Amino acid sequence: QKNKRTNMMSTSISICTRRLHLHKRYLSSLTLKKHNEYYETPQNAKGAFESAPAEPNIDALLPKTNMNLVSSINQTLARILETDSSAIIFGQDISFGGVFRCTINLQNRYGKDRVFNTPLNENGIVGMAVGYASTGSLAIAEIQFADYVFPAFDQIKNEASMFRYRSGNQWNCGKMIVRMPYGAVGHGGHYHSQSPEAFFTHIPGIIVMIPRGPVQAKGMLLSASTSNDPVIFFEPKALYRSKLDDVPDEDYFIPIGKAEIMKEGKDVTVVGWGRQLQVLEKACELAWKNHGISCELIDLRTLAPWDVDTVEASVRKTGKLLVSHESPVTGGVGGEIACAIQERCFLSLEAPIARVCGLDIPFPLAKEKEYLPDEWKNLEAIKKLVEYSK
Amino acid sequence: MKKITKQTYLDWYKDMLFWRKFEDKLASVYIQQKVRGFLHLYNGQEAILAGALHAMDLSKDKMITAYRNHVQPIGMGEDPKKVMAELYGKATGTSKGMGGSMHIFSKEFGFYGGHGIVGGQIPLGAGIAFGDKYKGSDGVTLTCFGDGAARQGSLHEAFNMAMLWKLPVIFIVENNGYAMGTSVERTANHQDIWKLGLGYEMPCGPVDAMNPIKVAEAVDEAIQRARRGDGPTFLEMKTYRYRGHSMSDAQHYRTKDEVEEYRKIDPITQVLDIIKEKNYATEDEIDAINKEVKRMVKECEKFAEESPYPETQQLYDMVYEQEDYPFIS
Repeated sequence: QKNKRTNMMSTSISICTRRLHLHKRYLSSLTLKKHNEYYETPQNAKGAFESAPAEPNIDALLPKTNMNLVSSINQTLARILETDSSAIIFGQDISFGGVFRCTINLQNRYGKDRVFNTPLNENGIVGMAVGYASTGSLAIAEIQFADYVFPAFDQIKNEASMFRYRSGNQWNCGKMIVRMPYGAVGHGGHYHSQSPEAFFTHIPGIIVMIPRGPVQAKGMLLSASTSNDPVIFFEPKALYRSKLDDVPDEDYFIPIGKAEIMKEGKDVTVVGWGRQLQVLEKACELAWKNHGISCELIDLRTLAPWDVDTVEASVRKTGKLLVSHESPVTGGVGGEIACAIQERCFLSLEAPIARVCGLDIPFPLAKEKEYLPDEWKNLEAIKKLVEYSK
Repeated sequence: MKKITKQTYLDWYKDMLFWRKFEDKLASVYIQQKVRGFLHLYNGQEAILAGALHAMDLSKDKMITAYRNHVQPIGMGEDPKKVMAELYGKATGTSKGMGGSMHIFSKEFGFYGGHGIVGGQIPLGAGIAFGDKYKGSDGVTLTCFGDGAARQGSLHEAFNMAMLWKLPVIFIVENNGYAMGTSVERTANHQDIWKLGLGYEMPCGPVDAMNPIKVAEAVDEAIQRARRGDGPTFLEMKTYRYRGHSMSDAQHYRTKDEVEEYRKIDPITQVLDIIKEKNYATEDEIDAINKEVKRMVKECEKFAEESPYPETQQLYDMVYEQEDYPFIS
């Protein structure tokens, strides 16, 4: 029955896709004009981030050292302090290493005037980072938990994101990174487990990045340190000690604004970021082993601006999309992805786009397992997508 | 203020000892992983609560504090069994297991919580006081926070509005010397946090908070001022906490000798010394109090252990008042 349908529609589809393709080029040239004023990364007629550096060939970079996420971030911060003499790191309690030890030994090696504690004021911390960055120097501010960033939200939204735009590109605070641990950790409760990335992806003018492991963290943090747009860097706290990987010793830069296809597949496109990819990997494996469903797993890496081209190309191939994130489903980044994809390749979709996300409640204390989108909920959604498209 | 009599001392001894043992029991149960999440203990700061309660009129006065909040509701009258059940995450807890250690609330006894965001509760306290003034009641609100929270912008905004509108609020900073791991010397260029009130021309001053008598006198003066309608007061309680910031605190930022020094002025020891010196109770009576406290703590633990966990459906029940919005399925 499916074959009959596709045969009948094949000619009309090819006409539609041609029209859509022209439409898309028109659309992208429209958005390019706007983007030029928000972002410094130079644009050209082909695509928003065409000029981004190429994907590094991580496998070929030797020698490598096995380490966890904390060590990777720690060593990358040290490298940034070494190469950029204007770089400073500040935040609450970071001089002895911080609550997760990401900044351990940095004060000993680089001095108290470059790595120092601040009192307890998030608004002041980020505000000062914006000011310091606007002089062309690199400010790396740490917010102790992403749950506490909200006093600083005004500084990020109303100061950092609009600095370049409102000064007609005279001033910018691009050399700023705000790092914060996010996400569920098993016993965090209301104020140590939140994933607020959706509040930030709604802000034009900043870059939001989330690494999924030690290898990505180093490349993304180094890219953030050379970028001329302010970066909000979420670190998955549940993976700080548990995720180990072989990290190349030399410097490498992961391009901002480009997603990575972790595993190729042909049945379902699965999109996630950060800690959730660990869950999605398990779900994809279960789907393959138990049901023979081949999933294409995509790590968005940058959430704003996000790589819609890669996801669209994948959905055109598979026809089915699943987005999964820890934060509540209503108003989350999954909604943005779903809407943009259906705008671009509606006719490629064989099933409604699925979102497997946290519940629409404050992050709970005791019933964390029921709240989180675990591998079983994702597996059910993948199976449903395949059933629908048959 | 009610006179400080022999009974006051005995009550203080029993209450402070119960709070101390309650917190110690929680620490041991946390290590057994029966209490999960975070645990911030009040050991060493009991005199603040004991003195403040003596000066308050619990029928109309309210309190709001940060996350070191297990014993305040107990002092104000809440059933300690329910507080311990809340820490265990059981359905019989004060917040039905939804909040845990950092979010104990008690509507019946006027305790407004239990807040995790540092400094977030300071404007809340001013707002509660505004409600009292607007409705014409002469209740006052005690707004407590730590020395770390004193650096937040919300403190200045709340102070300004409270002075502008002469709100019946008492701001109390529990200065225990450390904002988690950062000592007071390293968060500002001066160590007298009470001076933050001078910029707002707010009556302010330091208080020796290891001595419940001094605390009661200072808080009483502030309460009288607020009840008269003369506006807020800012008190700095100079105290110390014997345990770490929370159970996951390795305490690298202070030496064991410093903690030992402060143990010499333990408020419970001070009250016990006065009781013994003035012969308010015999050795047997003191023993009886100790035994009673032990029994009460055991009873709380038993109640908490035997209570059931909340149902999964409860996750959806208390997000909004209306329970059947379609998107909370």
